[in-house]
Amino acid sequence: MKILVAVKRVVDYNIKVRVKADGSDVDIDGIKMSVNPFDENAIEEALRLKEQGKATEVIAVSIGTAANQDVLRHALAMGADKAILVESATSIQPLGVAKILKAIVLRKQPGLILLGKQAIDDDAGQAGQMLAALLDYPQATYASNITLENDTLHVTRETESGTEVVALTLPAVVTADLRLNDPRFVKLPNLMMARKKVIETINVADLSTDTDSKLKQLKVSEPPTRKPGIKVNSVTELLSKLRAHDNLKL
Amino acid sequence: MNQLKTLILAEHDGKELSASVYHAITAAQFWNVPVDVLIAGSSTNDIAQRAATISGVARVIHADAAHLVHPIAEDITNLILTISSEYQVILAAHSSFSKNILPRVAAKLDVAMISDALEIQENQTYVRSIYAGNVLSTVQSTDAIQVLTVHGSNFATAAMGGSAEIINIKAPEAFTKTRWISESIIKSDRPALTSAKVVISGGRSLGSSEKFEQVLSPLALRLEAALGATRAAVDAGYAPNEIQVGQTGISVAPELYIAVGVSGAIQHTYGMKDSKIVVAINQDPDAPIFQVADYGLVADLFEAIPELTAALN
Repeated sequence: MKILVAVKRVVDYNIKVRVKADGSDVDIDGIKMSVNPFDENAIEEALRLKEQGKATEVIAVSIGTAANQDVLRHALAMGADKAILVESATSIQPLGVAKILKAIVLRKQPGLILLGKQAIDDDAGQAGQMLAALLDYPQATYASNITLENDTLHVTRETESGTEVVALTLPAVVTADLRLNDPRFVKLPNLMMARKKVIETINVADLSTDTDSKLKQLKVSEPPTRKPGIKVNSVTELLSKLRAHDNLKL
Repeated sequence: MNQLKTLILAEHDGKELSASVYHAITAAQFWNVPVDVLIAGSSTNDIAQRAATISGVARVIHADAAHLVHPIAEDITNLILTISSEYQVILAAHSSFSKNILPRVAAKLDVAMISDALEIQENQTYVRSIYAGNVLSTVQSTDAIQVLTVHGSNFATAAMGGSAEIINIKAPEAFTKTRWISESIIKSDRPALTSAKVVISGGRSLGSSEKFEQVLSPLALRLEAALGATRAAVDAGYAPNEIQVGQTGISVAPELYIAVGVSGAIQHTYGMKDSKIVVAINQDPDAPIFQVADYGLVADLFEAIPELTAALN
């Protein structure tokens, strides 16, 4: 069984992005980019299933420009067998991403598609569910544990009241939560070897899928900041300040 | 042609409607068209009747079927698709329930989805946050059907006093490739995080799961507060994931938020910055949490929290 893992290139977790002066978009020129953290969990889980003998091949796919080769090389260095870059000059929204991934699924026929539960740039959290919808596959989002027996995948899902377990008949789509695993560190020799691997490049136009979105970003802005507060010097002072708020009834 | 309406996907636990549904009903009034509420489940007559008494609800669409007892995204999606042509807007309060389902619905309808809208504006325009709340993005949709989740705490709670008609509809056959197996619900005597008036969150400085409970529980008991945690505290195993507040956890907006030993990473403040009053107690005077706190106390939490609890008692 093949596993397809979708990998998004995003602004690194530790970087606070700024809004461009004209408010047209965020300014990410020259900023450090990385693999979306949840996608790293997805890659790791695919590799573990392969190491358990439950999968034969792990294919990483990313959508973007030639710059996305770095995140694909990262996936290869972690241990992915193959990498596909779907080249697109324009940024693509979740529904378009799902349509592109569907086209790749139809070509590569994976038994399992793993994605991160959300990307830390747009925070949409939609692509996995949308892909499952387009393929009419079963889905399990926010996975914190996965076990595969025969053709049935048991997935523990994180919810707001605890966890639940669902059983999916493959092929299926699963989105990874951070607690799914601890992604392995990439060793330098592996990164060197990954540089030599060939990345299959597909032009998005060749997938003959409509990736235009009817959702347009009009502007971006800084969120309002909370008005500055005060420092108190003791628990007593804190309590007297809080007791001045009648609604708290302390 | 009949007037198009707004549909709310209502979350419930089989016994009660989620508090977030009341916020979604308020958000849905924006379009000035009739608001229907979809209740899907098994043996959910009481919930449907409850929903019918909320002010601002035109009709309750009730789908009761044995296989909906533990609703899965595939079944709820297929159910919504049987009635979606009547609606110009399909929305829900943003939660792990709705964000699992509505993207599937949107893709089936071939429309974009707007996740966690903070604000609804004229001309199908929405404000939502991106980059963990660092940036606000204003987006406009020209799709024929708007599918969205809304940031519940930004919308008031709908009042009672309605008398909506309940329409029973038939659910499609079960989607058999996904089976619900089991659940593990964390039972707590404390109020729910999303509806508590007071939330106390602990960070990694608590040091252990034992300390987390030992230090924060008495204060939570006294203030009838819900307990939250930072991702760092959850990852360190000090607190269960269900109580994680932040970008990848829950968003809360209580009257009082007390951050204890919380550094204040942007991923955490995303989930609490709508709180009315924020108190931060941290030993590090430079911790970013103080920038979002109304009252900051630089102190050793292991001394300050017991002292605060004692002073309240």
